[in-house]
Amino acid sequence: MSLRDRSCVTGIGETAYLRGASASAFELQIEASLKAVADAGLKPADIDGVIPIGIVSGTADDFIENFGITDLRFSAVAPHGGASPVMALQAAAAAIAGGVCRHVLITFGRNISAAAAGSNKAGARIHSMPQFHYVTEFEHPLGASAPAQLYAPMARRHMELYGTTVEHFGEVAVACREHALLNGNALMKKPITLEDHRNSRMIADPFRLLDCSLESDGGAAVIVSSPEAAADAPHRRVFISGVAAGHPDSPGSITQRADMTSLGIGKAAPRAFAMAGVTPADIDVAEIYDCFTYAVIRQLEDMGFCKKGEGGPFVSGGRLKLGGALPTNTHGGLLSQAHVWGLNHVVELVRQLRHDAGRTQVRDAELGVVTGYGDLGDGALAIMRRE
Amino acid sequence: MTPTPNPTTAAADRPVPPPSALSAPYWEGVAAGKLLLQCCGACGVLRHYPRLLCSACHSTSVTWKEASRHGTIHSWTVSHHAYHPSFAGDLPYTLVTVDLAEGPRALGRWRGPVPSIGLPVAGNFEARPGGFDLVFVPVP
Repeated sequence: MSLRDRSCVTGIGETAYLRGASASAFELQIEASLKAVADAGLKPADIDGVIPIGIVSGTADDFIENFGITDLRFSAVAPHGGASPVMALQAAAAAIAGGVCRHVLITFGRNISAAAAGSNKAGARIHSMPQFHYVTEFEHPLGASAPAQLYAPMARRHMELYGTTVEHFGEVAVACREHALLNGNALMKKPITLEDHRNSRMIADPFRLLDCSLESDGGAAVIVSSPEAAADAPHRRVFISGVAAGHPDSPGSITQRADMTSLGIGKAAPRAFAMAGVTPADIDVAEIYDCFTYAVIRQLEDMGFCKKGEGGPFVSGGRLKLGGALPTNTHGGLLSQAHVWGLNHVVELVRQLRHDAGRTQVRDAELGVVTGYGDLGDGALAIMRRE
Repeated sequence: MTPTPNPTTAAADRPVPPPSALSAPYWEGVAAGKLLLQCCGACGVLRHYPRLLCSACHSTSVTWKEASRHGTIHSWTVSHHAYHPSFAGDLPYTLVTVDLAEGPRALGRWRGPVPSIGLPVAGNFEARPGGFDLVFVPVP
């Protein structure tokens, strides 16, 4: 049984993205979730499946209690960092196609500002997570503590083997920033140039400040529904046509990975495109998980948009900008909109395929892809189609 | 739970996670200046970092083999930002990922000119407060 077009996104919700939120992570998560439920034309108690992203704030039990859900039939946790939102789409699609439930809420909220200084930021947080135990025991004591430092050797190797350059990274940063400037709900408000990117301070060579994603507060949520249960959904339905997840070899240690320039999404992409019956050339708009600029380049290669090693030239010349051949991260991405583990990428793709994306609308967008990337290289992608 | 790093602390101790039963022999080796790798007691395949099963034959039987600490650079990075206050005084510092002659990789600090992939290197454990760093240098 294929999952192709067996489920659809009916609801999306986001809070304002900001720093220094006074609301708790759970309050932000509930706000976004209620917006998504209303957007789907549902009542909170209609939700019969819940997937919290990570367990950063609310659990499935919290939603039963607060929403008054009398018969929650499905819950799961996607524990792979930024890959989790798209892995959650896969879990929701499978549960719905199997008849387990009808409306799955995928939900996330975070407040890094409320925690003690620095303690909830990625560089500190990961050392309490079991999936990072190799990093914590063998690499953190040497000074390889945070994602920027752990991913930097992947990027450096790609540069040395394939000739990828600082300018290629900059192309990704500039495209995301241009899109964020058109989005009223984006943290970054000032334009940047390739020169600004090159001149931004070095964090973990080859990553400069403008190669790194933001840390921010906010909540996001989506509702995945069975097409039969969503026949009278108020908005144009957006179908999940292909979805797959994959893991790199040696997922817990980049250092020990046979090919550190290969990602889990490389295993998943052929499955997702085959399921949807399309190729990368058919994609009108892409929302690519952008924890670092390099990650966008590498995922585009691994998905087959270009050959391995050609991602740098591929993103050049404005290809990723609105009006380019592959408009990407039309909301500004993690680099310039906000960081809610990439659930904002799912929300944005749905908006694009509803033709409801305002100033960043890609004209006549019918088919798009959204990716997730997390926990040192786990990956997932969903190919979505406008009904 | 890892203690919360406080970026305003001037001098802090390096993070020293407690060894597990699996990794204790590795850290005992480090204290003796040796880089020890797990070797499957059943099929002889080397592995690093320490883990419970041999992924080739699924045996839990382990012996420990001392590595030469020689190898070539697989990749590298230079840190210019301290994500833990104990590293602030080291900035900027270079980390190298090394393909050990025995097969597995090791992460270490670097002392030398700008590294490049494929460069032959050799490593030694150097004492620092609270532990030892594996430090690689170029070999002629």
